[in-house]
Amino acid sequence: MIDSKKYIIAFLITALIFGTAILASALLSGKKIEDVRSIENRVALDILSSETQFSLLAETSCKDIGPGFLSKELGPLGEKLSYAENRDDFSQEDVEMLKRSYFLLEIKDYLLMKRLTEKCGISPTFILYFYSTKDNCDECEKMGYALTALRDKYPELRVYSFDYHYGLGAIETLISIYKVKPELPAIIVNGEPYYGLQTTDELEVNIPALKLLKQASTTATSTKKR
Amino acid sequence: MPDLYSLILYCSLFVSLFFEVFLLITYLEAREEIEKEVGFEGEALNFPSVTVIVPCFNEEHTVEKTIGSLFALDYPNDKLSFVLVDDGSTDGTLDTLRKFEDNSRIRILSKANGGKHTAINLALEKIDSELVGCLDADSFVMSDALQRIVRHFGDESVMAVTPSIKVHEPSNFLELMQSIEYRWGIFLRRMLSSLGALYITPGPFSIFRTRVFKELGGYREAHLTEDLEMALRLQKNRYKIVNSHNAQVYTVAPKNLGALVKQRVRWTYGFINNALDYRELFFNKRYGQVGIFILPIALFSIFSSLFIISNVLLNFFDKIFDVIARYKVAGFNWEFSFPSFDWYFVNTGILPLLTISTVSLTFIILYLSIALSDGKFKFSRGILYYVALYAFFVPLWLSRALFDTVFRRRVSWR
Repeated sequence: MIDSKKYIIAFLITALIFGTAILASALLSGKKIEDVRSIENRVALDILSSETQFSLLAETSCKDIGPGFLSKELGPLGEKLSYAENRDDFSQEDVEMLKRSYFLLEIKDYLLMKRLTEKCGISPTFILYFYSTKDNCDECEKMGYALTALRDKYPELRVYSFDYHYGLGAIETLISIYKVKPELPAIIVNGEPYYGLQTTDELEVNIPALKLLKQASTTATSTKKR
Repeated sequence: MPDLYSLILYCSLFVSLFFEVFLLITYLEAREEIEKEVGFEGEALNFPSVTVIVPCFNEEHTVEKTIGSLFALDYPNDKLSFVLVDDGSTDGTLDTLRKFEDNSRIRILSKANGGKHTAINLALEKIDSELVGCLDADSFVMSDALQRIVRHFGDESVMAVTPSIKVHEPSNFLELMQSIEYRWGIFLRRMLSSLGALYITPGPFSIFRTRVFKELGGYREAHLTEDLEMALRLQKNRYKIVNSHNAQVYTVAPKNLGALVKQRVRWTYGFINNALDYRELFFNKRYGQVGIFILPIALFSIFSSLFIISNVLLNFFDKIFDVIARYKVAGFNWEFSFPSFDWYFVNTGILPLLTISTVSLTFIILYLSIALSDGKFKFSRGILYYVALYAFFVPLWLSRALFDTVFRRRVSWR
């Protein structure tokens, strides 16, 4: 004798668990997208604030620029967007929109950084990093690890990452200014392009700006020890 | 739109979850019945005559202890006898058996090696007791096991009773892991018993009405799992099989991975091939829950387990390769700092949430299994080994058994 009632109850409970998992996942992903959006808003405000401060620089001196001049949230924002890319639980439409604003914010931050470098004579510590999500670029992923490690090591280093094939006008302009070839991963440091995967150690040896950063950090550490 | 891979994964998870929910509902229904069985002891018992057959092939190290445990059975001497069959052993098994030839309750038979089923069949020809059982020569019974089993034959419709099997003196991590797996098996068999869907009458101490063999014939060569074939034959003829979870039998479990894989390949291969031989039972209402649900899901679970576990292992190794790739390009950061927790990076996809639900139900069933087998839940090292390592071993025998079935390769006993 088959108890069909039991099968129906078991099916309904299983369907309920499935439904709850689908709903919970959608709610949590929506919350995460909101999180990213609010970080983007904060970064946009930070940039606006920095630009205003920069405009005022004509009347003040470079000394008035404090450590919080440039937004600190751009790096974490990039990490969150990179995590959300190509994941089933995120609406890729939302992620694409957020990426678009992220790239624009990066370019604005980069321009601000450049102007600051020219005006105040600070040595440039930023890298433009071009990667691809279009083709299976394993080396881009590894390069991302190396650059993240460098940024963790040198907090003053700013890494601006751009999806080479994203199709955003501003990115294409950057590509044409620096004549970046589609041999990815590619990085631009002080206008100089470097192609292919490099480890953190190789980057610190092969790129003069990073070599200087390393030396400065070693000197600071040994001075502290004394 | 989910791809085919995700679709298979979701379907496998749905079926696994459904089966766990189904088992838990069955447990809730059977709880009262189980509690009644625990207090079985006080009831008066009409002792039917019983013969226990011990087929032996090269078991000189364990058979003496097996016979010792049979002598210690709490059952009237004049109602209990034993037939020890040496199936052409090449070690000292026959000499060990002969030590018992003076005992009036024991009969010793010796024959050329022909497989376990031939040894049991030879003994069955010489038996006239009401009940007959079999005990593998590497297993040992608890003294109250037979009485507990025999009580179930008070129900005239019961044709076979299976015991609960535990691992004998587990010591290394593989045995400890198996000891938890066997407890899971005890729970499962008890639930299948309530559903009337037991599809295996294990070699260690399953007891039958002797007339079953007269009516259905003796054991057959059945892909080296004749105890499984016998149960399927009983189900096909709609003979009732029940489980006595309090009747405990201890068996020697494989001590090393090679032996464990070999044993499990034989079991899985035997199940797949016997299921194919008895395919008419599948989705056939006539055979009740065993045909409609239990056999199909048992067969499906071989594929789904292989799929789910492979997916988990692939993800696991993918993470390992990712860590290695990170190390290669960025080295280790030796500066110690507590990692900052950001819930954003917690995977809240549908698949992880469903996996958590399935694993949670698995833990609940594991808890109930240990509580049912041992009287109460007690934490042991075996649980850790089972939870952490079992999934790594299962694909070894599932894939090998499928391979052997597809390519019609014969498996071996040892």
